[in-house]
Amino acid sequence: MSIIDNSLKRILRYPGVIGYIIFNKEGIPIRTGLDNATAVKYVGLLNQLIMTTRSTIRDIDPQDDVKLLRIWTQKYEIMVATEEEYLMIVIQKPTE
Amino acid sequence: MSVPHKVGTVKSKQATNVNTQPKAPVAKVVKAAGKKKDEEEATDTAEGEEWMPGKTLVKPSDQLDLTEEELNEEITRVLTANNPNAPQNVVRYGFKEGCYKPIIFVDQMAIHFELEGNLVHKESDEGRRLMAKQAERDDGKGAEKLDNVAKAGDKERKLTNQFNFNERASQTLNNPPRDISCQTEPPPRANFSATANQWEIYDFYVEELKRREKSKEKQEGQVLNKEEDKSKKKMIQAETQSDDITQLAHAAKIIERMVNQNIFDEVAQDFMYFEDAADEFRGEKGTLLPLWKLQYDKAKGLSVTALCWNPKYSDLFAVGLGSYEFTQEERGMLLFYTLKNSSYPEFIFNTTSGVMCVDIHAQLSYLVAVGLHDGCVAVYNLKKKSDQPIYNSTASSGKHRGAVMQVKWQKDDLDSNHNFISVSTDGRVVSWTLVKHELVFTDIIKLPATDKVPDDLKDVIATAGTSLDFHKQKDYHFLVATEAGKIHKGSKYYSSKFLETYDAHFMTVSRVRWNPFHPNVFISCGWDWMVKIWDQTIKSPIFTFELKTSVTDVAWAPYSSTIFAAITNDGKVHVFDLSINKYEALCQQKVVSKKTRLLHIEFNPVNPIIIVGDDRGHVISLKLSPNLRKKPKEKKGQELPKGPEVEIAKMEQLLSSLR
Repeated sequence: MSIIDNSLKRILRYPGVIGYIIFNKEGIPIRTGLDNATAVKYVGLLNQLIMTTRSTIRDIDPQDDVKLLRIWTQKYEIMVATEEEYLMIVIQKPTE
Repeated sequence: MSVPHKVGTVKSKQATNVNTQPKAPVAKVVKAAGKKKDEEEATDTAEGEEWMPGKTLVKPSDQLDLTEEELNEEITRVLTANNPNAPQNVVRYGFKEGCYKPIIFVDQMAIHFELEGNLVHKESDEGRRLMAKQAERDDGKGAEKLDNVAKAGDKERKLTNQFNFNERASQTLNNPPRDISCQTEPPPRANFSATANQWEIYDFYVEELKRREKSKEKQEGQVLNKEEDKSKKKMIQAETQSDDITQLAHAAKIIERMVNQNIFDEVAQDFMYFEDAADEFRGEKGTLLPLWKLQYDKAKGLSVTALCWNPKYSDLFAVGLGSYEFTQEERGMLLFYTLKNSSYPEFIFNTTSGVMCVDIHAQLSYLVAVGLHDGCVAVYNLKKKSDQPIYNSTASSGKHRGAVMQVKWQKDDLDSNHNFISVSTDGRVVSWTLVKHELVFTDIIKLPATDKVPDDLKDVIATAGTSLDFHKQKDYHFLVATEAGKIHKGSKYYSSKFLETYDAHFMTVSRVRWNPFHPNVFISCGWDWMVKIWDQTIKSPIFTFELKTSVTDVAWAPYSSTIFAAITNDGKVHVFDLSINKYEALCQQKVVSKKTRLLHIEFNPVNPIIIVGDDRGHVISLKLSPNLRKKPKEKKGQELPKGPEVEIAKMEQLLSSLR
């Protein structure tokens, strides 16, 4: 437990990181470094995207699964890591 | 009586006269004036002869006067069936010609009177239908008749007529209609939707298999079930209490690396792709490009005492942290960093005493041997999650009495046990073997005492060994450097004497290393400001370089036999290439701020970078510019042979030129 807590604390401290959200399969945020409203918004939208991605990848090969999704937008970078039960989103503003 | 016409003269009066004409034309004869007609005149001869023989012809005044011939003229009268009222000049528009065309044949039928009858032929369809209906009606009437007769004999057949007929009706009492219905509670509904994908089917099958296996296990071990259930319940409870996000640890690690990659994006790009183009204009000189700077805040106050690259993962390296000052607090750390995450170490081990040296096993890159300041040696297993070493030498197991200055892994011995050799300030070179759960030590050799020590104290005052290196090919040969400035060449099989001794430096030799390619060449550096290159067959050094301050470390480049780098106390890194310049460094660059001493340097075996450790606990990675990585130029027309032989040949060439 403490390992991941430390990691999360460190992640928040890095320059440019806006926040992280940990949520479960149903799309309920468990832990977040952002305010709740934003977290719920992010989770709601990204959960669908992840499900679509997962469906795509697993259709190609059912033994495969999505591990990581990295979206570079013009302003931010959104990184989504998936495990069996939980998913984690980190949003970072790339430092220029 | 037919009244004959006279053609040509038909007068209107004729019509009226016909009606009022009496039967006796005789009377007309009498009434001669005006009323009588020509026709009578004409036919009078015939009729007059029949009726009244003695009649006088009376001629009306407007009668035509005709001559005899004209009177006897035969005039033919034709009776046609043509309709005089039918139009004779009907024209119709002809679309073919586009003009009006007269129609010749016109319908001549004139209808005088029309009456539609109501007689239907017996055999025709309608006739038959009517017959059938009639028959039914008769039957019905017959049935009614019978009924009537049966029920009330009075009324045989109801005759309806205008006078007698009374229609009476009565209405029964109609009960008000009632609607009774009952409504059940609707079954609870839920919307269900699912997709059938290939992977959902696969998932289901996998679960099914698991379930079957579990049921098999249950069948086999039913007695143990109860205990298992209890423990399972406990486990489940524990899991639900915590958020159970420990499975995200791996994901978090990857994300942390990605975040770092974003932060240090330029550095990563430089590391991979940047080649200093200015090197072409600099002649021989090269530069070092600083990349990542790795530090750990809990390591403040500690100096980097050892660096070691992992042979398997070229981005992972070990940093040993301790202290060279003997008076400082005793604590140490072993950190493992990866270049992918330069902000935080991958592995952290705290040690009770300062770490002085680190070595990673060449094949099993999870085995790490560490020599500590208090003379202990320890072996860590990176695969295990624990913080503790798997082996630790204690006082009883023959630990060193002084700080362990160097450890080196050896090949597995005949019993396929791992073993490593250490040298320490107590002058002993000891081999340690990992036997099951213990470290078993064997003394290999003891460093000979210096001449300055009087004979009776030789056993007591030891010569501190500072560096140890094993030959790349003949790994039973090793070199040991001492604080006294001597380098001893020994063999593992000779425990009493050294094969060779070289008077290397005036002060402590800080490092001795064999050349990775040439079997005879090694390099040494010392606090006497010198870097010396030796041929093991020759007692005196082949090359000597003087750098302005004490040299703390020197390392050969793994890709060339003639390139090496040395670091000095003033924070400079010197890179030499003997094949290009035998007297001067190609690069002398200060990489740290003032007052920071550089303590260790290592070349990455794969990438063209070096890491340098300083006395603040920081590790700086630098990229070598192309000039520092030169391979020998190919001669025109000749293929460039690759491989270690080239390097050996290069070195050999150098050496031969000096002899």
